[in-house]
Amino acid sequence: MNPAFSVIFLTTLTGAGQGLFLALFAATLAAPGRVPAGFAVAASAVSVVLLVLGLIASFFHLGRPERAWRSAARWRTSWLSREVIALPAFTAAVFVYGAAKWQGFEPAAAWIGAAASVLCVALFVCTGMIYACIRFLQEWATPLTVVNYVLLGSASGTMLAAALAAYLVPDLAPGYADAATVITLAALATRALSLVRNARLRPKSTTQTAIGIKHPSIRQISPGFTGSSFNTREFFHHRTREFLRAIKWIFLVLAFPLPLVLLWTGSILAIPAAIAFAFAVQYVGLLAERWFFFAQANHPQNLYYALTG
Amino acid sequence: MTQLALVIDLNVCVGCQACVTSCKEWNTSGQAGGLADLNPYGADPTGTFFNRVQTFEVGEFPNTQTVHFPKSCLHCEDPPCVPVCPTGASYKRAEDGIVLVDYDKCIGCKYCSWACPYGVREVENERKVMTKCTLCVDRIYDESLPPSDRRPACVMACPTSARLFGDIHDPESEVSRAIRDHAGYALMPEWGTHPSNHYLPRRRTDAHHHDDQLVRADNPLHIEGRQPKPPFKDPALDDVTSW
Repeated sequence: MNPAFSVIFLTTLTGAGQGLFLALFAATLAAPGRVPAGFAVAASAVSVVLLVLGLIASFFHLGRPERAWRSAARWRTSWLSREVIALPAFTAAVFVYGAAKWQGFEPAAAWIGAAASVLCVALFVCTGMIYACIRFLQEWATPLTVVNYVLLGSASGTMLAAALAAYLVPDLAPGYADAATVITLAALATRALSLVRNARLRPKSTTQTAIGIKHPSIRQISPGFTGSSFNTREFFHHRTREFLRAIKWIFLVLAFPLPLVLLWTGSILAIPAAIAFAFAVQYVGLLAERWFFFAQANHPQNLYYALTG
Repeated sequence: MTQLALVIDLNVCVGCQACVTSCKEWNTSGQAGGLADLNPYGADPTGTFFNRVQTFEVGEFPNTQTVHFPKSCLHCEDPPCVPVCPTGASYKRAEDGIVLVDYDKCIGCKYCSWACPYGVREVENERKVMTKCTLCVDRIYDESLPPSDRRPACVMACPTSARLFGDIHDPESEVSRAIRDHAGYALMPEWGTHPSNHYLPRRRTDAHHHDDQLVRADNPLHIEGRQPKPPFKDPALDDVTSW
């Protein structure tokens, strides 16, 4: 597939926003009384900003953005439609949660937070299932896709929570640093697992099944046109194998070990800027991860365009 | 239940591209909107087509066959592109099984094209909506056309009759007979999409010539002696000068 930056930004920004909210709400449950309302309001605000930026990015993916409202119609069958509902619903819930914290509506805020957490998980599942449900994109058609979206978003958001806490509530920072470390390592494990799985995949479709001719030696002479088409633009990344491999190692370094080193340097030496930098580095790593996620998926329609590089 | 479909005979397709141009001409002229070509005279021309003819070489030289392979939307019986559409713009008609896109509802998110393993959906360059083969739905029910013209433009154009059109759920239709008699098959059966369009494989063609066919022994003019009987190797003007 040809990675679309609109979708790369959509999924990474909302992932960070979701992870940040989950980190915030988990802290209010795990350490009641130790999370000041001001921190909750600030974290909710940052989360809403990330979610809205993600929503804005998604519009750049559409040919007809003015009709985007129609996309909530088919939630019964389409994971994309479900995501379109879950994203604004979750954003609104986080906004209301932040407002309730600001106004000090205490028992109500906890209930709103619980509802927002459910919506957050639902949004993670919707986002992951958009890709995992396409059965013939074999690189995506695995529960690992959903697991990776959950863990990578949570890692990014928890890293951001650690940075915010380092600036605003240093008391909370060590706890968030521990959580960010554990979640980042878990995400590394599942992402590595999906890399291993995808490296061992055997494509179900071949040129033989694509045109229905059972001969071991088939070679395409002409795709039917001399220029390019939607088929050659949307489904090919037009990069070399070496470029793909480089991006893979870049994200494996930038999204996992490097931010952890920065996080612990910042935590031990009490430098909040280092933790903020850890989040930024990990975010760039996750952009590369998402680019690779799309580029690695090999669409069976490419069998009909074997001459396209 | 009716399921309209095309049956494409790879045994007789000569790769002339007449179906491609005829399809483009009809579908770019319709009320639904044009299929724009961008940069048509430049280095990298591009355009939207519902139907393309590709060419494959099968076998190792010198034992090769050139296979021309027309491909358009297969109007799957279980189309994976339909349930993923978030707006309901992509749908399959209950009455005749044609898979269509409502261009007024499509938001151009391209998700249906990801969900089609055959790569037959293309975003129109100017309208920015997903477009695909309609089986010429604006032709086949048009009662102002003579009944013989109520067929898809590609079928009308094919000079070798490699394209058949009909209801594959009617066991006695021309297309069902063709699938049955000539081992019609579907593309990528491994995904369970049950494409309606079928392809007829290459067939071995053996020609049997008998001597009496070559010399036209039964020509009554020769029998009655009213035509000369020149040597067999002489240049032929059919019945006038040769056997």
